[in-house]
Amino acid sequence: MNQTLNRLGNVNLLPLVLALIAFGLIGSPSVWLTLTIAGLAMGMMLFLMASGLSLVFGLMDVLNFGHSAFASLGAFVAATVLAHMSGWLGSESWVLNLAALMLAIGVAVLFGLIGGFLFERIIIRPVYRDHLRQILITIGALIVIEQLIFVIWGGSPLNVARPRFLQGSFVWGNVSIETYRIFAVVLGVMVYAALYLLLNRTRVGLLVRAGVENREMVEALGFRVGRLFIGVFMLGSALAAMGGAMWAGYQQLISPTLGAQMMIVVFIVVIIGGLGSIEGTLLGALMVGLIDNYVGFLMPKAALASNMVLMMVILMWRPNGLRPAVK
Amino acid sequence: MNALELNGIETRIGRYNVLHEVSFTVPEGGVFVLLGRNGAGKTTTLRTIMGFWTPHAGSVRFRDTEISGLHTSVIARKGVAFVPEDMGIFRALTVAENMTLATARGQFDSARLDWIFDLFPALKTFWNTAAGGLSGGQKQMLAVARAIIEPRALILIDEPTKGLAPAIVDAMAEAFQEIARDTTILLVEQNFEFARALGRDMAVIEDGRIVHTGSIEAFAEDTELQTRLLSLSV
Ligand SMILES: Nc1ncnc2c1ncn2[C@@H]1O[C@H](COP(=O)(O)OP(=O)(O)OP(=O)(O)O)[C@@H](O)[C@H]1O
Ligand SMILES: [Mg+2]
Repeated sequence: MNQTLNRLGNVNLLPLVLALIAFGLIGSPSVWLTLTIAGLAMGMMLFLMASGLSLVFGLMDVLNFGHSAFASLGAFVAATVLAHMSGWLGSESWVLNLAALMLAIGVAVLFGLIGGFLFERIIIRPVYRDHLRQILITIGALIVIEQLIFVIWGGSPLNVARPRFLQGSFVWGNVSIETYRIFAVVLGVMVYAALYLLLNRTRVGLLVRAGVENREMVEALGFRVGRLFIGVFMLGSALAAMGGAMWAGYQQLISPTLGAQMMIVVFIVVIIGGLGSIEGTLLGALMVGLIDNYVGFLMPKAALASNMVLMMVILMWRPNGLRPAVK
Repeated sequence: MNALELNGIETRIGRYNVLHEVSFTVPEGGVFVLLGRNGAGKTTTLRTIMGFWTPHAGSVRFRDTEISGLHTSVIARKGVAFVPEDMGIFRALTVAENMTLATARGQFDSARLDWIFDLFPALKTFWNTAAGGLSGGQKQMLAVARAIIEPRALILIDEPTKGLAPAIVDAMAEAFQEIARDTTILLVEQNFEFARALGRDMAVIEDGRIVHTGSIEAFAEDTELQTRLLSLSV
């Protein structure tokens, strides 16, 4: 027992270990700090985009390769809302800035909830318990949604407006940190905390955790895991849409292929973290975000491969990922 | 009124017909024992009653209502509890959390909880620890405790003594005797001595077919029958 706890502790320290190694390699503290914040911000957005996928797999063994379509949908919906709010976005008042951003994220989340409901009923429901068909039909759905976005928003990249209060950087000595990144970290931490409380302090959360471990037994105790699953699926889709909305503002330029691009990285995150647990997903997302930024600076050409290498190394060490749910 | 009545049940798993015209009747009250060799179809019978498998022919009547084809959760809410062969403990959850989930609303009847702590004191000791850390016997106690934390009409228990030390088996037998005062138990068991001490009526299943039904006492005295059906001697 002690040993297991020890190992869990060690696993949680991995992002820190990574940051320390990077510190040695980068040399300059100000560059390191900038990259670390960027990595954490990216990690938090990846967490939003990936957490639903992990829970959905944990609870119903459903492999949803279409999950990142909701990130893409959220990004485009938020960009559209922001484009109509230029008055508030450019206002001197940060309250109006924030209100515009929250409205954009809120509409994206709403689309995520509704889209998630329809997706679960129409696409996922007919293929419960059949992994091969799940893979085929959800990849198909990803392509269809991508094409719909293409039809609605056009093929050329879309500019995303940033609210005025999140433009520019904090300057602190010779360290400069983009305000938007700090906002992304704060929002991500808040969502993580809310999810953590939901899962660990409520009866619904208890049912989800039990269902991830043993769905049949939860049903034998008198609960409909299928109904619970729709709720979790909608929540996961809404979080992905929120992550996509944040990502749009972060990149400031989005194209309809966003969903397909994010699909791979989102899967890397949940596989590294271990399926079925949000703690694992957070850990995986932070590792991927940090590695991406450190390697992007140290060896720009290796940036793309770095996350794949990270995944392979971790899977060789722990075939089920860093912190999988008990199954 | 009988607690349970199976009539001509045919259960298919994948392409295989596992149960063939399984019929038997479990009277209200006491312990009914289902015996059979490994792979005979005991677990499949319990899983069919619980609604995990839907039989493609036959009927399952629980207190005069047809329950075959209903969702497992609906069957559970009607008052049927299930203690599976692998115990189905939520290892990542605490003992307390395992128990709360077994209540319909998340609230314990304190008298009933005290009764359970009397039956299985270990559960009180480990109330707030992760259930994954319990010993095999303690996990089995938790699995049974979940099934009785609220009053149920029928409890299906699949081989509860498998791998348990004799002292724990005795404790389990006492607990079952007490539970059976106001609940019907359908017990699958390989340990015939254990089954005999508790049961009144029984059925034997072989290759997915019921090959014998009757009273346990008569069966215990008929060594020839035992050898033929179970290749065991008492
Ligand atoms: N999920 C399944 N898929 C395929 N075949 C199965 C499945 N479950 C059971 N069977 C088959 O059905 C038959 C009966 O199995 P069952 O588990 O009901 O036996 P049992 O009497 O409980 O045996 P044991 O004493 O070993 O637990 C066996 O031949 C088994 O291989
Ligand atoms: Mg069995």
